[in-house]
Amino acid sequence: MTLPQTPSQTVGPFFHFGLFTRDDHHVLVTDQTRGERILLVGQVIDGDGAPIPDAMLEIWQADAGGHFDHPADPDHALADPHFRYFGRSATTDGGYQFKTVKPGAVAYDAERKQSPHVNMRVFARGMLTHLYTRLYFSDEAAANIDDPVLNLIEPERRHTLIAELQPGGDLPTYCLNIILQGEGETVFLEP
Amino acid sequence: MTKLSRPLTSLDRSIHPPYLHADYQSTVRRAPQKPLVIMPQTLSELTAPVFGHDAIGALDHDLTRNAVLNGEPLGERILVTGRILDESSRPIPNALIEIWQANAAGRYIHKLDQHDTPLDPNFHGAGRALTNASGEYTFTTIRPGAYPWRNHANAWRPPHIHFSVFGRAFISRLVTQMYFPGDPLLAFDPIYNGIPDANGRARLIAAYDHSVTQPEWALGYRFDIVVNGSAMIPFETKEA
Repeated sequence: MTLPQTPSQTVGPFFHFGLFTRDDHHVLVTDQTRGERILLVGQVIDGDGAPIPDAMLEIWQADAGGHFDHPADPDHALADPHFRYFGRSATTDGGYQFKTVKPGAVAYDAERKQSPHVNMRVFARGMLTHLYTRLYFSDEAAANIDDPVLNLIEPERRHTLIAELQPGGDLPTYCLNIILQGEGETVFLEP
Repeated sequence: MTKLSRPLTSLDRSIHPPYLHADYQSTVRRAPQKPLVIMPQTLSELTAPVFGHDAIGALDHDLTRNAVLNGEPLGERILVTGRILDESSRPIPNALIEIWQANAAGRYIHKLDQHDTPLDPNFHGAGRALTNASGEYTFTTIRPGAYPWRNHANAWRPPHIHFSVFGRAFISRLVTQMYFPGDPLLAFDPIYNGIPDANGRARLIAAYDHSVTQPEWALGYRFDIVVNGSAMIPFETKEA
């Protein structure tokens, strides 16, 4: 028997005290994590061009070797036990920020790999169902050209998923704004 | 072009609310205008956080005790229990559920909630639980109050508990709200009525269950949650 899905509802404006039980949900690394430390930063922007202060982003990504600590990954035994894979950030202070590692290339099928990417989910007041997108890296141009998911997107919109490496900073910092509506609207995905 | 690999069921867009639902004003400038791009489900979509019992504290599921300062929280004590299932009726064990809610007076502890009604020093309003091997969870809490909001004139949110659920795969993620049976405010609520189908709306209303009610203690409600992602993951067969 097939049960119908339970409908989604908005996360609302007052989720922080329920979903942020620690002060480091946006940090995916410990001292022992393998890989290059990076920062992911950006804003979530509405149809008026204004940054929204009450969004929540969740990310899910492979470790530096391209593996997930989950049984669906045939190579999960190789996954880094000291990496968190999952993170949350609220945009309360004007934007999001994650401290993580640059993910490795994840298998696409038996032959191909995907370009390094971070899966990203957007929740907010005024969003009755969450949105799903991906973050790719501007310094992976060669891999991005061959990425089977990016290649499903119209060429002129692919840039909306590619985080730009910013100059300066203690750690390599990649910036990607999530534009919910209008000019430069982010490509949202339906897996 | 080869067919996209999508081994698990996706979100059923006939069930979930659309992004633009003009009666809920905040959707108007936050709804994407271009269609979603259909994509394959890769390892990145088919995996998800695996939670252990170390993720949960002993009182996390009991909102009447997990924030006590100098007494018991005020209001009507309730039990909320249910199961997390996939569409094939398979229970999802070790699913992390996070809930948050207003207190009995309809006030959130969040600093931006300035509704002119009291905070409760003994009630925080947040809880967490992991489902057991049968996919079951139980929270003890206080029935939340209704509260006004600014969407339209004399707008009131029906009492609700926010639920956040992780399924087996990252595509099974669900955030929703649980409502109470017989609530006259539901008919006026644009968030609840953003769900296109009456049967879908009805599934967000917990059932009063007298077998859950505990004598001299608390009324019981049942709220089952069904997430997408029910088909088998083909990778599992490789390992067998």
